[in-house]
Amino acid sequence: MMDYATLLQILDTTLRLATPLLLACLAGLYSERAGVFDIGLEGKMLMAAMSAAAVAAITGSVWVGLAAGILGALLFALVHGLASITFRGNQLIAGVALNFVASGITVLIAQDLFGQGGRTAPLSGGARFNAITLPFAEALAGVPVIGPLYAEVISGHTLLVYVALALVPVTWWLLYRTRFGLRLRAVGENPASVDTAGVSVVRLRFTAVLITGALCGLAGAYMSTGLQAGFGREMTAGRGYIALAALIFAKWRPWQALGATMLFGFFQALALRQDVITKTIGIAIPVPALDALPYILTVIVLAGLVGKAIPPRAGGEPYVKER
Amino acid sequence: MEKLPKWADVALVPLISLILAAVVSALVLLAIGESPAQALKVMVEGALVSPYGWGYTLYYATSFMFTGLSVTIAYHAGLFNIGAEGQAQLGGLGVALVCLALPWPHWTLALPAAMIGAALFGAAWAAIPAYLQAKRGSHIVITTIMFNYIAAALMIYVLVELLRPQGQMDPASARFPAGAALPTLHEIPGLSLIFTKQVPANISLFVALAACVVIWAILWRTRLGYEIRSFGKSEAAARYAGISGVKVTMVAMLISGALAGLMSINNVMGESGRLLQNASEGAGFIGIAVALMGRNHPLGVFLAALLFGFLYQGGAELGLWTSIPIELRTVVQGLVILFTGALDQMVRMMLGVVFRARRLKAA
Repeated sequence: MMDYATLLQILDTTLRLATPLLLACLAGLYSERAGVFDIGLEGKMLMAAMSAAAVAAITGSVWVGLAAGILGALLFALVHGLASITFRGNQLIAGVALNFVASGITVLIAQDLFGQGGRTAPLSGGARFNAITLPFAEALAGVPVIGPLYAEVISGHTLLVYVALALVPVTWWLLYRTRFGLRLRAVGENPASVDTAGVSVVRLRFTAVLITGALCGLAGAYMSTGLQAGFGREMTAGRGYIALAALIFAKWRPWQALGATMLFGFFQALALRQDVITKTIGIAIPVPALDALPYILTVIVLAGLVGKAIPPRAGGEPYVKER
Repeated sequence: MEKLPKWADVALVPLISLILAAVVSALVLLAIGESPAQALKVMVEGALVSPYGWGYTLYYATSFMFTGLSVTIAYHAGLFNIGAEGQAQLGGLGVALVCLALPWPHWTLALPAAMIGAALFGAAWAAIPAYLQAKRGSHIVITTIMFNYIAAALMIYVLVELLRPQGQMDPASARFPAGAALPTLHEIPGLSLIFTKQVPANISLFVALAACVVIWAILWRTRLGYEIRSFGKSEAAARYAGISGVKVTMVAMLISGALAGLMSINNVMGESGRLLQNASEGAGFIGIAVALMGRNHPLGVFLAALLFGFLYQGGAELGLWTSIPIELRTVVQGLVILFTGALDQMVRMMLGVVFRARRLKAA
């Protein structure tokens, strides 16, 4: 059996690794709920990670870095919006294209600025997000079971981890309890009805795509200034796609997105601790199998074997005012 | 919107998209303080001036022809196959298993067998996403992306745990027997007069050229091709005409996967002579750019594959001789996909304005 201390360690890692997935997953939720498919989450995260790390390294301030990260992702979101909303291009192809552009251009810029083989200068002190100790964490650490859980798993993360968690209820509230949310969901299901009601489809979709950009900005900035101390080439390592998988797994709903990203984060944390798995279940599960698990689960969900994942009805279709 | 003449739609739209991609790439280079003219010179000299450079350009182009055709045939059935990369990785496994299975006496025997292995493994990897799309309506774009990642994980496992010879550190298979080595252009009588040095381009180039012709014939000269194209144009109309959507989706994706798998005879059998990790090196993704640039026609795919072969060899030279990172080619690749595949309406609108102005002037 796994002892409690090890379990807490793994859960702590889970939360850290699930955060970029959660942010990117919520990002994708806005865009896709509005009817714009976005497989370019990966590229936007990568762009944000580079911009945030580069600017934080130059200015020495993580806050300026964070702003730059969001701006970098917004720029890519804007191009995605132009291609898929304004010019009614293929949304999937636009996403693929932007991922490639991001993959290359981040290295070009980082190499030009720092000359360290496509990495940014290492960040320290005020140029990174540092861990926050939540109130009473130390005082409660002695309380059996709950104390260590609070002190080690819940407390002691960087600010963006808590921001990501807070964004789950915020997104739920926006989506299901506000007029904006109603319209956003409607434009993803039946844009003509929104148009008939006198609301601009183009403006709604652009708003959604830009929210997606901003949240990808947070995800990327967290990668390079919170989780790690600097940017390295391809550092997002497919997380944008895992987030996309989580979004489908969650059937495009915010609370389920939290569950799915925590589950996938847990797999990532387990993959780092193979010794624990072997000790706990007595069989050595190969690391590649754990790496592939989120993707395999998503395929199973897509296949309709556990419930049915039905995407927003108007997803992927450019809206033409009069057919 | 102004309707464009056919020649403009076929030739001018991709050409202008390409120019736009080149202009943006040049701006990127200027922004990082490099000279676009100098970069182009290095690329042309490294990829197109000497037969040695051509030997590399053609080697890359061979792989891109296979993956470009793979994306093309799926596209005609209305399916966007992003999974050519994973299918190519699995194709490499097929090639390796065939080559390692027997002490092949001569490549003329090994090549057909390896082609069957490559095509079967590639097709098998496309089969599950195809089935899920055809029978259960699971979006093929998402499933093929997932299968790319599953393939990557599977290949790491297979190479490290199963195919790696005892005592070897790097995750790679054993070397193939000498009889399974494909002749390079340097070793082919006649061509060796041009390619006087050893080059990676090999006999697979001719297989790729043949594949271009075969795919053209399938698409435009057979009943199956007609079914694929009508299904891609309008599912409802095709169904009404008695065409089975399940059959078209399955067959088109199996051919697509087989083509992606076939590229492995070029890189795995022709070049490295053993199976390395991540052997296809993104060629499956470049197939998307090649298919879009080539307007999903085998002739266009052939030309676009040459262009990307040049870009890849030229980009490698840039990484070698200048301070421009090799990643520039990924940027150009992304921009070409963006302008030809997603912003094509913008280009058409721009051209429409020009043609309209000309028509009004003539009237």
